[in-house]
Amino acid sequence: MIEARGATVDLGGRRVLDGIELAVSRGEWLTVLGPNGAGKSTLLRYLAGLVRGGGELWVQGQPGAALRHREWARLVALVPQTPVIPASVTVVEYTLFGRAPYIPLFGVEGRRDLAAVHDALARLDLLEMSQRVVSTLSGGERQRVLLARAIAQGTPIMLLDEPTTALDIGHQQQVLELVDRLRGQHALTVVSTMHDLTLAGQYADRLLLLDRGRMVAHGKAADVLTEANIARYYGARVRIVRDDGEPVVVPYRVRNREPTH
Amino acid sequence: MPGRADLPVPSSLGVWWLVGGVAAVVGAVVLSLAVGPIRLSPLQVLRELLWFDNELTNTEQAVLWQLRLPRATLALLVGASLAMAGAGYQGVFRNPLADPYFLGAAAGAGLGVTLVIVAGGATTSLALPVAAFTGALAAVALTYALGAAGGQRMSTTSLVLAGVAVASFLTAVQTYLLQRQQDNLRQVYSWILGRLSTAGWREVVIVLPYAVVTMAILLAHRRVLDILAVGDDEAATLGVHPRRTRFVVVAVASLGTAAAVSVSGLIGFVGIVVPHTVRLLAGGSHRVVLPLSLLFGGAFLTLADLAAKMVSAPAELPIGVVTAFFGAPFFVLVLRTTGRAIP
Repeated sequence: MIEARGATVDLGGRRVLDGIELAVSRGEWLTVLGPNGAGKSTLLRYLAGLVRGGGELWVQGQPGAALRHREWARLVALVPQTPVIPASVTVVEYTLFGRAPYIPLFGVEGRRDLAAVHDALARLDLLEMSQRVVSTLSGGERQRVLLARAIAQGTPIMLLDEPTTALDIGHQQQVLELVDRLRGQHALTVVSTMHDLTLAGQYADRLLLLDRGRMVAHGKAADVLTEANIARYYGARVRIVRDDGEPVVVPYRVRNREPTH
Repeated sequence: MPGRADLPVPSSLGVWWLVGGVAAVVGAVVLSLAVGPIRLSPLQVLRELLWFDNELTNTEQAVLWQLRLPRATLALLVGASLAMAGAGYQGVFRNPLADPYFLGAAAGAGLGVTLVIVAGGATTSLALPVAAFTGALAAVALTYALGAAGGQRMSTTSLVLAGVAVASFLTAVQTYLLQRQQDNLRQVYSWILGRLSTAGWREVVIVLPYAVVTMAILLAHRRVLDILAVGDDEAATLGVHPRRTRFVVVAVASLGTAAAVSVSGLIGFVGIVVPHTVRLLAGGSHRVVLPLSLLFGGAFLTLADLAAKMVSAPAELPIGVVTAFFGAPFFVLVLRTTGRAIP
């Protein structure tokens, strides 16, 4: 579980996060929404220990301020939005990076690390392509490799920054289903950011809407994904339709009816 | 748990590459011990080295043990240190153009040597190495201090820019000094182009501890350097300290470079061509690049020194000329034939 109380982050003299309160328990999935620049990525970076700020952060019941780099890396895995994939790194090698917090600084991986990598690759159906070079894979395959690295990291908490951004609709669903399955298998605490509001509502247990660094809505999808919220914070014209009780966000267009010249 | 045989394997140093590297080192050393005004056969050299068979005359023995062996050893140490330092710099800065002189070590060493020569202190043989060593380390330390002041997020770029600034400044000072003391130009330039001709066991003893420390610590970082390639932020979420790692690698690589420069002068090309050639031919992981840079860097410089000695004998070419003359075309050949992208 991960818990932030009054999380506040200033970057370059600007308040990027302001008094965020969140608590995500074991096995729960929270998705953070918000327009561009709302502070979603910064919130994930704060939870990952990459930016420090005000407020209290508790990671698996331990105060974040007292955690060292490696300890943090054993508790929280971050799947970045735009990962840097070094040229010529194979799927195995990339997944093995996830074991870094367990390998002594000057040591090399042991049998347990390789077994963890094997297990992660097997879970994500990547064993067949374990010797392929990551940078040559398709977007969907690459996203699976990123998840494999996070799984190999063996953390109770997984942060996903826009995990579906570069994917087509089919692969978006595949990746989110995969995250959901892994969450079930490992009782993972998942915090993600997402742009697709409908998908966010379908997969997360709870949604948190940010605007200019502040929490403006928080709760079940039906409570957060309202026409009023989306109009106000995204400046978007949408209709919410219900599909089996779940909100589906449908954008619409106001046609200009004046005759064209 | 799956059986050992089923476990996936990360790329590692192939046995044949290792054997090839060791063979290159042995071959280069034996050749450089055999060839010279007094010609010995490689077999004689091996027997003398391994069994101390007293077949050689006293003169031949003296040439072998007191002249050729220290020189070959020094070339080996300097080449290995420069190649590994280059690989280390390229790794931490994620910059293919990084070389051992990236952060101003060359300019610092050059200024140090110029100061000593201009001050008329070049008569003692120990003054030049000490001046080069101190100058190189001081320049890198200055670059680091200036670059690190540029803030956390920009540390790599600001370090590189600080290196450019420091190098230009020190070179300007050096040029000014040389303009005022034209008589010493030749002496300074002959040092800058690099030479191992005066090498004896004393120089080997000077370089050895630094070279060993550089090699050991860089090799120990081979796994972490691979992880650093994903960028500072991601590396940090994997439990690696990017800034601390960069500091340690830069520190030991600079130490090794300064030690090499102090006895050999500025030998270019080794630190950039050897690691890239290894990367193109044997693979991009630092688990491969670092150990093979050690071996092939040492072998390459030993052969380059031999060529410097032989090409226009009895006069000697500056070794930096040889490394560039043979290194550049070879590198272009490798680049064109493999067609692989440089990581």
